[in-house]
Order: sequence, then structure tokens, then C-alpha cells
Amino acid sequence: MKSNQHYMRNEKIKNVSLEVISIVLLLLFFFPFFLVIINSAKSLNEITLRPMAFPNNWFNIWKNILDILGRENIAYFRSFFNSLFITSASLIAIGISSAMAAWVLVRTKSKVSFFIFMFFLSGMVIPFQVVMLPLTRLMQLLYVQTGIPFKDTYHGVILAYMGFGAPLSVFLFHGFIKSIPIDIEEAAIIDGCTKAQVFFRVVLPVLKPIFVTLLVLNGMWIWNDYLLPVLVIGIRGNVRTLPIAVANLAGYYDKEWGLILTSVLMASLPIFILFMFAQRHIIKGMTSGAIK
Amino acid sequence: METPLKPWMKVLISIPVLLVLPLYLLIRFSIRIFNKDAWTFKQVKTEQPILRYVVDAWLGEKERAQNRVVFITFLFPALFAYVLFVMVPFLQGMYLSMTNWNGLNNGNEVFTGLTNYKAMVKDVMFYYSFSRTIIYSFLNVIVINVVAFLLALLVVQNTRFKNVYRAGFFMPNLIGGLVLGYIWQFIFNRALTSFGGIFTRSFIANPQTAMYALIAVVTWQYAGYIMMIYVAALQNVPQDLVEASKIDGANALQRLRAVTMPLIQQALTVATFLTLVTSFKQYDTVLSLTQAGPFSGYPVWFANLFGVDPETSIRSLTLVTVNIYNTAFAGNQLGVGQAKAIVFFFFLLIISLTQVYFNKRKEIEL
Repeated sequence: MKSNQHYMRNEKIKNVSLEVISIVLLLLFFFPFFLVIINSAKSLNEITLRPMAFPNNWFNIWKNILDILGRENIAYFRSFFNSLFITSASLIAIGISSAMAAWVLVRTKSKVSFFIFMFFLSGMVIPFQVVMLPLTRLMQLLYVQTGIPFKDTYHGVILAYMGFGAPLSVFLFHGFIKSIPIDIEEAAIIDGCTKAQVFFRVVLPVLKPIFVTLLVLNGMWIWNDYLLPVLVIGIRGNVRTLPIAVANLAGYYDKEWGLILTSVLMASLPIFILFMFAQRHIIKGMTSGAIK
Repeated sequence: METPLKPWMKVLISIPVLLVLPLYLLIRFSIRIFNKDAWTFKQVKTEQPILRYVVDAWLGEKERAQNRVVFITFLFPALFAYVLFVMVPFLQGMYLSMTNWNGLNNGNEVFTGLTNYKAMVKDVMFYYSFSRTIIYSFLNVIVINVVAFLLALLVVQNTRFKNVYRAGFFMPNLIGGLVLGYIWQFIFNRALTSFGGIFTRSFIANPQTAMYALIAVVTWQYAGYIMMIYVAALQNVPQDLVEASKIDGANALQRLRAVTMPLIQQALTVATFLTLVTSFKQYDTVLSLTQAGPFSGYPVWFANLFGVDPETSIRSLTLVTVNIYNTAFAGNQLGVGQAKAIVFFFFLLIISLTQVYFNKRKEIEL
């Protein structure tokens, strides 16, 4: 009996200490965020004098935000909407096109479909650095030969993301569709659906879980991507994205940390808000995508 | 700028159109007409009249034809984008690395054989960047995985707020590498220096410590993500095995080594692979954190090995990806840059395949 009490007390000590360690680590992890938040509400002078202290006036943050939005050469507002549009349009395009491709690849059992699937998979091992230089050249040559501009246009970036997102998306969809029984599709055909209707009315709704996973995986990647937009759009492009705007700001106003940190805060805030609402989906999506 | 198709390209394009396609159709229809089952390598049913097949081929088989249309139309968007913007540049890159491509002669490059590769072999900076990348990746993989694993062990304990901790450790991963680099540049250059003491000199301004600073930053970003992979694996460890080893008298460390570790080998493979590949591809963070590092000379061992002046001023954290970009755009030598990129690609491919091969051998099936 006594040893049991002893055991219980040990357990309690262990639990409390674990809790304390976790909280300390968590605070350590949040320290950079904390610094960003307090310093984005400071003027340059204040940052230099007291980088660790709380700001004198929290309303300074509005001043900084308005300052950033007002600078013509940064085009922060436009960049934000470009990012929003490019990310959401690319997500939809990648999702639908990859799901369509994966579905016909699973449901057609032939050597050709197997070969095309393998062809898609081979794209997963290609790092962007190998493709980036010829890609810029290709976009220029396509413009010369067809007259359609691809550089610094929405469709150019979205098509590029569609291409680079296809391997992983097709792979994940392929694995998921294989596990869906074919019976429901056959039932739909017997009821008079055409093949396209079967896909859009029957298969696509079933794909929801994996679709969400891919939205998260591809969304994080596209929203934060820097190298592809730099090459395909250019740092002074019309459809430049948010990371480019932040990089430009940091490049032009080298030492104005108040502005840089405010822009950093503004760039990451949308994701944090999204994370608060869809935390479970995001963590699960990113992790399960990796494991497969 | 007019860049017409070269004659040999026209020939190349016309071969399938003029020769292969008609031949294919001919064979296809002849098989259909005479024996449709030969396609699927099934046994031929010779007792059916040939006329039946002719009628089938031209009038019947509506569904088969419809299937083919669906197959092509559904495949087209994804395949088109993928081929156009990934596969075509990739294959072109193989060729372009052997031309005098400099960015101004797009479409008119002249084949120069292995000149670019020879220039690359002579480029000391390339070796330097490769050595930096390898050292950085090696340390980074170890640090991230150790930290992530320890965090995972912590958050699978039965603490009260374990979901909060998981989400919290995961959060840095939501920020992109570029934006994150600026945050930490501020922390190293402004916030920490105000403490004084060993912090007086910013870690990222010191060539000796800049790489460790970068590793710390990337660990902060990536450990929470890798942690979730370990958490998923740790939760799948069957509890009866752990209980059994407890009864046999194993302490926590022994349990970890003998029971848990072998059972999460698969997660270890995945996590190592992910960290390895992302370390090698590191570009955004190093650029925004330190503009590829503070200036310094070559390390002494490196200078001795290649017989270069150790006082040469270089950016100390020039990783391969930075070097590729700089060669291509700062030096206007896109051909050489592409040659480096291709070497980088094969190196990454070999090293990641080796890693997966050796880690997979340790995996066990329950």
C-alpha cells in the first residue's frame, strides 16, 4: 500500500515536471513570434534603443502598416491579392486536374496508363533547381513562337504550379482512388450517368479527405514559395507575390526593421488565422502527405 | 527576335506524324478487323465470322471509344502542364548544359560539348559550395531529427495540454523560408546583440558560427513538422509490447532502444529523407538570413586541398543552390549553371536513394 502511494507521488512529480518542460519549450518556440509582434509596433529609433521591451505605443503598428501600404515600389496590397489569387487558382487547378488524371489512370488498366503513372512519379525526384533555368528560357521562346506571354502572367504561374504540383498530387489521388470500390461508379453508369458525370458527381465528393490534404500541402508550398515566382514573374513583375514584396521591402529599406517586421507579420497572419480554424486538418494533411 | 524551328527539329517532329502515326493506325485497324482479341493477348475465338469484327470495329464498341475519349481528355490538363513546364525544361536542360547558352542567345545556342562541365570542374567555388552544403546537410539532418524525436517523446506523454504543445511546436513551419529568414536576421542582429556578452557579435556576422545559426533557424522551422511524423509513428507502437518489456524489467532507456526504436524505423526513413532533401535544396532561408553568409576566406583545409589563396573573400554560406543561381544570373553563364544543376540533381538522387536503401534495410515488419 505504501509503495503504491509512493508510486503515485512519483507519477505526479513526473507529470508536473513534464508539463513545466513543455511550457518552457513552447515559450522558447514562441519567442521569435513575440519579438516580431512587439517590434512591429515600434519606430526605428525605438527598436535600436530597446529591441526587447514592449512598445511605447501599440498604435504604431497601424502607422507601420499604412506606411508599407503607401509605398509605391513595394505594391504590398497588389502583391497580397496576387498571392491570394495565384494560390487559390493554382490549388483548384492542381486539385481538379490531378484528380481527373489519377482517376482515369486507376480505372484504365493498361500498359499505357501504368507508363503514364510512372512518368508522373518520376517528376517527384526532380528538384526545382534543375528545371528553373530552362524554364525561364522556355517561357520566353514560347512567347516568341506562339505570341502568348507566359512570363509575368497569372496563367503562366498557375500552369507552372500545375505542372510542379502534379506528381505528388497524382500520386496521392492514385493511392486513394485505388481504395474506393468501383461498385458505386458502376451503379451510377447503370443509372445513366456518362463517364464525366460519374467523375464529377460520384467520385469527386468521395475524394474530399485527400483533397483537403492536398489543399494544405500545396497551399503552404505555393503561398510561401519564392524561387519560382522570382524566375517566372520577376521581382518587379506585375503579378508579383507576397514573398517577393517582403524581399523587396527588406532589400530597399535595409535597416527599417519596424517596417520589415510588420510586413512579415502581415504576410504570415493569414496562414495563422487559417491554422487556428483548421489546425487539425493542416497538421494531419501535411504529415500524412509526407508519410505516403 | 525571330527563332524559327531548325531543320532537324522539323524532321524530328515530322517523323511521328508522317511515319509512326499512319503505321500505328494501320496496325491497329488491321488487328481489329482480323482479330480484336489479339490486343489483349487473349485466345482468339476463330469460330466467329470475320465480318462480325468488321462491323464491330466500325459501328460497335461505342463504349470503348467513349472510354478512350474520356481517358485522353481527363489526362490532358495535368499531363499538358507537367510535360510543358517540368519534363520539357528538364530534358532541354540536359542539352543546354552542353551549349554556350548565356541568356541572350535563347534559341540559338551552339553545341559545345563538355566545355561547361570542364569549366565547372575548374571552378573552386563550386567545390566550396558543395562541401558547405554537405557539411550543412549532415549536421542539419542530425540536429533536426534529434530535436524532433525528443519533442515527439515529450508530446506523446499524457500531459494536460499536449495538443496545444503539438500545435505550438508545429507553428513555425507555417511561415515560409524567406520570411522566416528576415525574422531571425532581426533576432540575431538586433535582439540578441542587446544582451551583450557572447551575444555582442551577431552569430550570423561571424563566419565561424553563421552555419550553426542557420541550422538553429532551420531546426526551429522544421522540427515541429518532423515531430508530427514521429508522433504518428510513436502512437502506432503496440502498447502490449511496451507493457511486456516493462514487466521483464526494462527501464525507460532500454525500452526506447530495444522496443520503440525498431518499431518506428519507417518514420525514421521518411523523416531522414525529408530533412536530407530539404537541406540540400535550402535556398530561401540562407538568402534572407545572411545573403548567403558573411564574407570570409576559404577554410584552411579547403585552401590547402585545392591550392587556392585562403584569403580570397567569399560568402561563407554559399550553398550549391546559391552557387547555381549566381553562376547563371550574376555571371550570365546559364550553360555552366545548368551543368552544375544537373550534377546537383544526380548527386541528390544518388545520396537520397542510398539513404533510403540503408534505412529501409533496418525496417521490420510486425
